[in-house]
Amino acid sequence: MAAYLIRRLVQAVLILLGVSFITFFLLYVLPADPVRQIAGRSATAQTVENIREQLGLDRPFVVQYARYLGALVQGDMGRSYLQKTEVAELILSRLPATLLLMVAAIFCELVLGLTMGIVAALWRGRAVDQTLMITSFVTVSAPQFVVSLLLLYVFAVKLGWFPIGGYGTFAHLVLPAVTLGILGSGWYSRMMRSSMIDVLRADYIRTARAKGLTRVRIVLRHALPNAILPIIAMIGIDIGVFMGGIVVVESVFGWPGIGQLAWQAIQRVDIPIIMGVTLVSACAIVLGNLLADLIAPFIDPRIRLR
Amino acid sequence: MADLSAGEAAPSGALARLLRRKMALFGLAIIALVVAGAVFAPWIAPFAPNDQMFDGLTLEGAPMPPGGKFLMGTDLLGRDLFSRLLYGAQTSLVIGVVANGLALVIGTLVGITAGFFRGWIGGILMRFTDLMMAFPALLLAICLAAIFQPSLWIVALVIALVNWVQTARVIYTETSSLATRDFIAAERTLGASTSRILFRHILPHLLPTIIVWGTLGISTTVLLEATLSFLGIGVQPPTASWGNIIFENQTYFQTAPWLVFIPGAAIILLALAFNLVGDALRDVLDPTQRGRD
Repeated sequence: MAAYLIRRLVQAVLILLGVSFITFFLLYVLPADPVRQIAGRSATAQTVENIREQLGLDRPFVVQYARYLGALVQGDMGRSYLQKTEVAELILSRLPATLLLMVAAIFCELVLGLTMGIVAALWRGRAVDQTLMITSFVTVSAPQFVVSLLLLYVFAVKLGWFPIGGYGTFAHLVLPAVTLGILGSGWYSRMMRSSMIDVLRADYIRTARAKGLTRVRIVLRHALPNAILPIIAMIGIDIGVFMGGIVVVESVFGWPGIGQLAWQAIQRVDIPIIMGVTLVSACAIVLGNLLADLIAPFIDPRIRLR
Repeated sequence: MADLSAGEAAPSGALARLLRRKMALFGLAIIALVVAGAVFAPWIAPFAPNDQMFDGLTLEGAPMPPGGKFLMGTDLLGRDLFSRLLYGAQTSLVIGVVANGLALVIGTLVGITAGFFRGWIGGILMRFTDLMMAFPALLLAICLAAIFQPSLWIVALVIALVNWVQTARVIYTETSSLATRDFIAAERTLGASTSRILFRHILPHLLPTIIVWGTLGISTTVLLEATLSFLGIGVQPPTASWGNIIFENQTYFQTAPWLVFIPGAAIILLALAFNLVGDALRDVLDPTQRGRD
């Protein structure tokens, strides 16, 4: 177990190194010039050159990348080109908002997804089941921005129950979290349904039924705890999906998290921020997947960690 | 012997079984409708998609609601929404097919190579795939699309570069299990060349998987294109795309909701259609999945 963990962590570091290299390389070769953005339109050629030199952007790629890595190892993610603030500081200041949204969104996904999945499994093949499974298809086919705008229109504009956007109170959190919850619930409900169906076929469920236990008790005490295990592993993978996809929802709802930070940085070619956010997201993805793999043997004892 | 192995992979009854499923039929009907709309757009569309009509706005300069002369209303610039939707369908389908086709080719090549040759080539390819899996895909796509001057083809390329990874993983797993099967070993003993084994024996067995992932992938692609266009970094106006119609009009969505929700519904329906057909294809083509539902 310890050896496995160490190996996986080493792998994780290598993957993050790779991600940093590819991102840095892409930003280096692509036709976007951060210096132009900083200097502004009216800047003279001399000013532009000075800024380029100051930032070390006139150096060859290898030197630039080595410098970035060297600083990164010491916990220094560089400074934003435009805001002049430390990138680490910017990300840390935005992280709580994103984490809050993530926890709330996963909560909504689970509540919606598990309920749908359990109901569908219990009434398998009936109209309820079919309706729920079609619903789950619709949720995985809907783009984030359409659902965001739809909820905003109905619950903020028309009904006025929630604010149109922003951050600060519980009311602000509801719509973005429910949006992400609806979108993610489709995967969970399908997973939960098939897991539940497998469990309900098991011998110990038949035994429980033979003992004369009530249906509610069988489902809640015997089936659910076993059926829910694959879902836990799925949360790990979901964290990664979440980190990649947060840009849209945060920008529609004006949620001041790292997705919005990334989106603003991309528009202004603020390379240090783009690098920072990409690395933090990749970190979340790698850790989420590791979490999922670590849980796997508990779900299926035949799986051994190697 | 050879024909048997190729024949069992794509049974001729698959299509019949597919057509017996209601949801698959529904999906196919929507796809047919959208394709027809896109192909015949120049004949169906009541107005030119980029024509800013004088009577397309109210006296106050607001977009016209659906009904009357303009079936689905007009947008902020007084253009007919229905006509723009028809032309937008062209964009969605072209990107869906091109980007996804490209992703499928890359994914299949990487997967087959890594799965069949193993060794250091396979090792490197799969490590690279793992690396790509750790990339926040949407972030990467947004970053690439924002930096390039986006055009239809750039957007398709960006989507392909982000979307091949899943296919590669699946194809890899299948190829590596196929490569150890007896009939492949038998072919080797008979002296079949590598390319013969790959194209005559491995590829036909992978076809069902490729078809399923290809169909499901179009749905992902349509959604990604819409998202990029919604952020303003996808297909550029005045070329209509369902995503950029929403992008152009979203500031007005409180007073003119149809400008957001009609194209939004179109995106959901098309993505749903490909998901339904893909899912049904998986049930029909993959014998291990049969009878699970």
